[in-house]
Amino acid sequence: MNEQKSKVGLDFAKVKHAKAISKKIADEVQTFVEQYTTVSVERTIARLLGIDGIDENEVPMPNIIVDQLKDAGVLGEGIMFFLGNAIIETKCSPQEIAEKISKEELDITKLKINNIQEIKTALVPYIKSSIEKIDARKNRRKEYIKTIGEGPKPYLYVIVATGNIYEDVIQAQACARQGADIIAVIRTTGQSLLDYVPYGATTEGFGGTVATQENFRIMRKALDEVGEEVGKYIRLCNYCSGLCMPEIAAMGALEGLDVMLNDALYGILFRDINMKRTMIDQYFSRVINGYADVIINTGEDNYLTTADAFDEAHTVLASDCINEQLALMAGLPEEQMGLGHAFEMTPELTNGFLYELGQAEMIREFFPKATPKYMPPTKFMTGNIFKGHVQDALFNMIGIWTHQGIQLLGMPTEALHTPFMSDRFLSIENAQYIFNNMKNIGDEITFKEGGIIQKRVATVVDNAIELLENLEKEGLFIALSKGKFADVKRPMDGGKGLSGVVLKGENYFNSYTELLKGKG
Amino acid sequence: MSGGLYSMEGKDFDKTLDLKKIKPYGDTMNDGKVQLSFTLPVPCGPEAGEAAKQLLLQLGFEKPSIVFYKELTKGFTFVNCYGECSKTVDYTNIHVPKVESDVMGMEECDDYIKEHIGRKIIAIGASTGTDAHTVGIDAVMNMKGYAGHYGLERYKMLDALNMGSQVSNEEFIAKAIELKADALLVSQTVTQKDVHIKNLLELVELLEAEGLRDKVILVCGGPRITHELAKELGYDAGFGMNTYANDVASYVAQELDKRLNG
Repeated sequence: MNEQKSKVGLDFAKVKHAKAISKKIADEVQTFVEQYTTVSVERTIARLLGIDGIDENEVPMPNIIVDQLKDAGVLGEGIMFFLGNAIIETKCSPQEIAEKISKEELDITKLKINNIQEIKTALVPYIKSSIEKIDARKNRRKEYIKTIGEGPKPYLYVIVATGNIYEDVIQAQACARQGADIIAVIRTTGQSLLDYVPYGATTEGFGGTVATQENFRIMRKALDEVGEEVGKYIRLCNYCSGLCMPEIAAMGALEGLDVMLNDALYGILFRDINMKRTMIDQYFSRVINGYADVIINTGEDNYLTTADAFDEAHTVLASDCINEQLALMAGLPEEQMGLGHAFEMTPELTNGFLYELGQAEMIREFFPKATPKYMPPTKFMTGNIFKGHVQDALFNMIGIWTHQGIQLLGMPTEALHTPFMSDRFLSIENAQYIFNNMKNIGDEITFKEGGIIQKRVATVVDNAIELLENLEKEGLFIALSKGKFADVKRPMDGGKGLSGVVLKGENYFNSYTELLKGKG
Repeated sequence: MSGGLYSMEGKDFDKTLDLKKIKPYGDTMNDGKVQLSFTLPVPCGPEAGEAAKQLLLQLGFEKPSIVFYKELTKGFTFVNCYGECSKTVDYTNIHVPKVESDVMGMEECDDYIKEHIGRKIIAIGASTGTDAHTVGIDAVMNMKGYAGHYGLERYKMLDALNMGSQVSNEEFIAKAIELKADALLVSQTVTQKDVHIKNLLELVELLEAEGLRDKVILVCGGPRITHELAKELGYDAGFGMNTYANDVASYVAQELDKRLNG
């Protein structure tokens, strides 16, 4: 796309400028991130090294081993250092070591310390084994896409949220048969604030289903089955956000998830998670997602549920620019970036459709290789399901018109209840009708030079650049504390999870970062 | 246009409106027309249609007509249908508990507070418990408001603090004590397995335990909240769908006036 032409009169010099400033903003964050590790990053490494399971109080083994380091005040040296050393000293596997710790039979912070090279060597077979597992998952996906294929873009993305993984399976398979390409299993409310990942298959949740590795496995298997039946690969999405961001990424990589919500900014603004904690967590989670061929979704659409969608459109673009740079730093390819935006202007707005259309095309052209995730109207869904269905239709028109990557389907019953099986049917039918009936409209219609659409885009871009320039001056952390996004203010040392952040010590190493960033 | 779309059947029922015996209206008074759609957990086919028809008859619908059915997934059939309702309701005998206050606009509210209270009213709001949804509390409290109704933060005579989502009831009460809040506004969006009821009840119990319940105006809101439900749970008022910041502000101002000035 070197000779990219803009339909909306985008000034590509400005695009370049916006991305250059965003890179500087991201660089500053990255400099900070690299000095620290967190309890969740270390638990993630423990998981990748094969530590799993829970004790009799349902405390996960990765928490038990990481807490031992934390309690001894040596977490900054990292789990790899102590675990590698313990493997040499005990001749046990990481899992056996974790079990001994849980039975209070072993303290790995008190063992004789071996040579660092030997420690690294001791870990090699476990690292290799985890990467082989992830590779097998990647190959399996590639093989499926090669043999049974996949749906065309925009991918139809629907949500299941019964709370019971076995009920979710029934719903998810029904969605796939009706034409869905991506099934997202919504997490139970509040899971983002748990500083551990629950274990096993679960049948109780509020507003969603607990994200556990076993639940991932159950749903992956169900989607593979139905994918073979309907003749296309069905993608599975979950939520790699909150306090266990990188752990969920690792679990997803091991179980063949395809799409992950993965956005620190979202967690900071809407879940009040400490910004330092989650930025550090996000980096490692994106390294893993990048390697595992997982498409990440960023949460910019949410800004518009609290702030005004017309006035604050530029904050979405600015945040997408920053998220793109942060993802690039983690080695995540552009194609795997599901940058977020949304159709959230009030339906009362005269020419609102034109503004939405212009902005959606703008996002597409700003990030031509990305797989943008377009979010449906939610804020102005009222319980008038009939009008809601029309609002979703307008949203779908823009989705196909501007070639979005992922279309999260709106439900006529949005704001009423978690979708009925029939709600999803109606939504998928709505999208399929419009996507087929208007398939090539984007290739046929050009926009008026200097018209409403082009002017709107120019304004949004200029405002986004102004905001980015401001952010560069202040730094992202300060800007977030001043409420520059979504009208939400978050103090730098406030929020949840800060106590899980530690400076890296002199023995610290995390072999996975470099191995995975190089794509193996 | 095809003539088949028009109903040619005779309409031999009383077409005068009787408020003591009202029934749904399609296009003729007392025709009782109702549209329904639902899913039956049975394979798609004429038997599914017949099952829907029998269900409608049992529900008291006459002349059930199944206009559309389609398989959603194996073993599940979606149906759209119409029927004529045979039941009636006495509209003259209906009583719905409502928030008893005059709804004022923002400026009017500010003037009212200046005149009757003589100081700013302190209100704190949050989406409490595990509920992560801020849409409701933001619509009521944030400066910008919602659908043309400015939020409480914009009211000159209100000191409004929006604590956001996932605020524990304990934190919420601690803040209320710290700020000497006059009014506590609780938003609940997630209603799965009645989690909102449990959470709302817990707040009332905690307030009672702290001896604070009578010292504050306690209000809840959300898409599934009604004033009636709120009263049942021990709240002073409840605000559901289609209510806005000024509905809440009007109520709080007038209620506080009542309490302070009798």
